[in-house]
Amino acid sequence: MKRSITRLLMAPSVIMLLVWMIIPLSMTIYFSTIRYNLLYPGQNNFVGWMNFEFFITDPGFIPAVSNTLILLLSVLIITVVLGVMLSALIDKPFFGQGIVRVLLISPFFIMPTVNALIWKNMMMNPVYGIFAWISESLGFEPIDWLSSYPLASIIMMVSWQWLPFAILVFVTALQSQDTEQKEAAQMDGATGWHIFRYLTIPHLARPIAVVVMIETIFLLAVFAEIFVSTGGGPGYDSTNLAYLIYNQALLQYDVGVASAGGLFAVILANIVAFFLIRAVGKNLTV
Amino acid sequence: MSYLTITDLQKHYDSYHALRGINLTITEGEFVVFVGPSGCGKSTLLRTIAGLESSTGGNIELDGRDITEVASSKRDLAMVFQSYALYPHMTVADNLSFALRLAKVSDAEIKEKVRSVSASLQLDALLERKPKELSGGQRQRVAIGRAIVRQPKVFLFDEPLSNLDAALRVQMRLELARLHKKLGTTMIYVTHDQVEAMTLADRVVILNAGQIEQVGTPLELYRQPNSRFVAEFIGTPKMNLIPANKIVRHEDNLAIDLLGQQIIFPVNRLKGPLPKSAIVGIRPEHMTLVQEGGDLSGRIELVEHLGSEAYAHLQLSSDQTIIIKAPARTALKDGQVVNIKIDMSEVILFNENDRVISVIPEEV
Repeated sequence: MKRSITRLLMAPSVIMLLVWMIIPLSMTIYFSTIRYNLLYPGQNNFVGWMNFEFFITDPGFIPAVSNTLILLLSVLIITVVLGVMLSALIDKPFFGQGIVRVLLISPFFIMPTVNALIWKNMMMNPVYGIFAWISESLGFEPIDWLSSYPLASIIMMVSWQWLPFAILVFVTALQSQDTEQKEAAQMDGATGWHIFRYLTIPHLARPIAVVVMIETIFLLAVFAEIFVSTGGGPGYDSTNLAYLIYNQALLQYDVGVASAGGLFAVILANIVAFFLIRAVGKNLTV
Repeated sequence: MSYLTITDLQKHYDSYHALRGINLTITEGEFVVFVGPSGCGKSTLLRTIAGLESSTGGNIELDGRDITEVASSKRDLAMVFQSYALYPHMTVADNLSFALRLAKVSDAEIKEKVRSVSASLQLDALLERKPKELSGGQRQRVAIGRAIVRQPKVFLFDEPLSNLDAALRVQMRLELARLHKKLGTTMIYVTHDQVEAMTLADRVVILNAGQIEQVGTPLELYRQPNSRFVAEFIGTPKMNLIPANKIVRHEDNLAIDLLGQQIIFPVNRLKGPLPKSAIVGIRPEHMTLVQEGGDLSGRIELVEHLGSEAYAHLQLSSDQTIIIKAPARTALKDGQVVNIKIDMSEVILFNENDRVISVIPEEV
């Protein structure tokens, strides 16, 4: 009796969540099996696996998958490595520590679109960007970052956006590190590097795992930075899966193929998650 | 021969003068305990010796080498922390061998040293465990083992037993005393617990407000304190202090007026000139209950039975409460008026500046 009341009371939220998830998923699955082109309304006949075939054989598919993975891994490595180093650097008290921390964390509050515009127009612009000015004042040719190194530019922007998140997590984690342990290591003859290597890094294992997982969720779906700066180009050089799906749906008006692409992205995300959790998840149980 | 010499050591924090000129010499193999109330600077002194705090004046010399400015990793000292500070992600074996691995000692030697230390501390069965899988006492032993394995010149202990429960604390105290006998290494031990200080120490250093109040063997401090602070700090229950305002000299004796009754105190036990007034210090065990006569009388407020002995709280005519030690199965009742005889040979006199102005006669 008591149990059924509990279930009854929980039912609305459970059903709500289920509907929330099931309806978009089943509609995506449904769209991916029919012909659904916005240019040809009304011709929504069943086409089986054809949308998937179209998506996978699309010339943008291979670059999009590899760009997605390259972007993900590069940003993860940059944010975790730089994040750990910067956090360790600002962990010891120094004059202006509070301001430095705020400055390091503030990029996180800037929305991706604005971030991309800042980098595109203020930093990387070959004529009046800061990078161009630096190379010119050193006597080099200015580089047109967005057309010469499109993916690297995107990686730079996204890293800038996500480094603060990593720093935020690591700085907090470092504050919980036991000072007596560090002192004990000092007495044991450890240098600063030894303490970092044998105490700080193991202490940060769990925060690193958390940062990697959370960032993975968002980095698989990077879109605004690409849309605002490179538009996926030149060619497919900076197109990732999210951008390719957008391209299919709203530039080529083929919702069916885009839905198939969306399902593929879900599968890819699961594969990546599987390996990542295998790789870093064991730290979570410590 | 002095082994560790501390000369005029100073430590200032921003506006706080934590160590005010510490002078101390410690000989090799000695077990020295720093004791004092919280905030007296005992931990700061230990941490300054360890090099974890830098001093702002004076110097420290260890085995003929000035180590005042030497980094703590190069001082050849080992420290056991209050929180044990074991490395949480390393096994017990790795914790024990950490310092040796950093010092690039050969694997065979590390193995041998870890084996012998773990055997002597009964850690053999725990070598593969992580610190969080150990009990408090086991962690404590690992922390001690981690210090021993390096064979340092001096062991430093920072309140190592304060996180243990009472029974375990007594046991670990005994093990520490045994360890010191066996190793013969110089040990410096910080505690706020005067029982630990009395039981472990060869010499006790009593600190108060950043200064050394008195240094001596436990019994010296107990019988012949320099000041009221030491007298009150050492001994449980505390020494009773009764003010006496009228002191008259009768030939070789002083007649001290103690709440209307006179007690006789020999002049030759007095240091310095004849005082006008004094504070009379008597330990609870130096008073006995008598049927008649006696030096003081009071009304029993409360009797604490400890089994092996009892402590009676007595209210004197001045409303002051004193504590006296009574036999275990005493028939004392609350409210009863009793007479007390004072053992004059153990009485200590303090002047108004809380310094001791009497000497205790040598025991025959």
